Amino acid sequence: MQVPAPFEYERATSVDHALELLRQLGPEARILAGGHSLLPMMKLRLATPGYLIDIDGLAGELGYIRAESDEIHIGAMTRHRALLESPLLAERAAIFTDAERVIADPIVRNRGTIGGALCQADPAEDLGAVCSAIGAQTVVRGLDGDRVLDIDDFHRGPYQTAVEDDEMLLEIRVPLRARSGSAYEKVDRRVGDWAVAAAGASLSLDADGRIAEAGVALAAVGADIACAQARDELIGREPTREVLERAGAAAAAACSPVADQRGSVEYKRHVAGVLTVRALERAATRAQTGPAG
Amino acid sequence: MQVTVAVNGQEHTRQVEPRLLLVHFLRDELGLTGTHWGCDTSNCGMCVVLMDGEPVKSCTVLTATAAGHQIRTVEGLEVDGRLDPVQEGFRQEHGLQCGFCTPGMMLTARALLDRHARDTTPDELTDEEIREAISGQICRCTGYTTIVRSIRWAAERERVRTKEEV
Repeated sequence: MQVPAPFEYERATSVDHALELLRQLGPEARILAGGHSLLPMMKLRLATPGYLIDIDGLAGELGYIRAESDEIHIGAMTRHRALLESPLLAERAAIFTDAERVIADPIVRNRGTIGGALCQADPAEDLGAVCSAIGAQTVVRGLDGDRVLDIDDFHRGPYQTAVEDDEMLLEIRVPLRARSGSAYEKVDRRVGDWAVAAAGASLSLDADGRIAEAGVALAAVGADIACAQARDELIGREPTREVLERAGAAAAAACSPVADQRGSVEYKRHVAGVLTVRALERAATRAQTGPAG
Repeated sequence: MQVTVAVNGQEHTRQVEPRLLLVHFLRDELGLTGTHWGCDTSNCGMCVVLMDGEPVKSCTVLTATAAGHQIRTVEGLEVDGRLDPVQEGFRQEHGLQCGFCTPGMMLTARALLDRHARDTTPDELTDEEIREAISGQICRCTGYTTIVRSIRWAAERERVRTKEEV
């Protein structure tokens, strides 16, 4: 029987209340959002926080997906299901929709949140790669104010983020660019299993159809999520099959998978490359056919 | 800590440890053993209950979090001695063999049908939609075929009933 180690429980009634509790309780306190990342870790005793601050009550306040001028703002308590079902994301940031179809299973998606997933920072988790590929920013709040961090600065390594002990992740901001497309591809053995490998991609084209902005990110194939080597193959070029394949080869070469029951290093590397090309192809098609302005 | 959890429309107040998971609260504190306890890792779906009408895996929800939400277990499906159409469907279409996954399957089916009925233009539920809805739950007996058939039976029954009421 898996049971978390004992802890003290607090229920936050507002963001400010949660932040006050974090400051008061110190580094032994952790925020509990949907619970589907942290509780399994606690049941395995891989995490043993002394205090949990449950923000379940803030699901209304921090559960939103809205368009703001040139960004989409997503509240940290937005659940996977809401991300999957959002027409706004499907139209303007389809990488989220792609990924959410294959994250865990529909029942887990009813509870798990984007903020919880990002703060867990498991390198095999999909939303980290999604946010990295699309160049998202995170808003981290402490009692002294907000910090806006690029997702790649938010990620500090496996299970590590830039969120300090007395801070919490509040919002994710997704840039809306013209002539842009994004996509996510994953191979897993069955519903709910961790990925063998997964790849996210986003592209923005200039007026001549060349790649002006690009992001490639990988999940489950090593500690590094953002793949700068693949990005370097893309910028300034037209998204031809040849160019995208070079980016895929760069991603395969750059990643660092480990062999386990999901496959050998060679196999995972190969899958990562193939998925990178597929994600880039779909992102390019979406960029060419999506909104221009 | 003291918690009050509403289960099947009735409030229950207990002294519990904060780390008590909802599945154990239901089974050990309330004696509602219809909620089964399986893999303990939010994979198998044996422990599925409804929280505010939507299925959740109760091995991955704290009792303390469940306080303030409406919980419905398999014991709450039958109302006034009348089986829920989903339960009838599982009987009619042989939706179970050993029965271990059945409570969770039926609750997910109940939520699926309720959600479907709320759609503004509900089409007939497809097998694909049913299979997607139960994809987070494992059955080692039926190969899922009779479970899908059972849920389709219930959907059809409710569609006919709704039409009769209109």
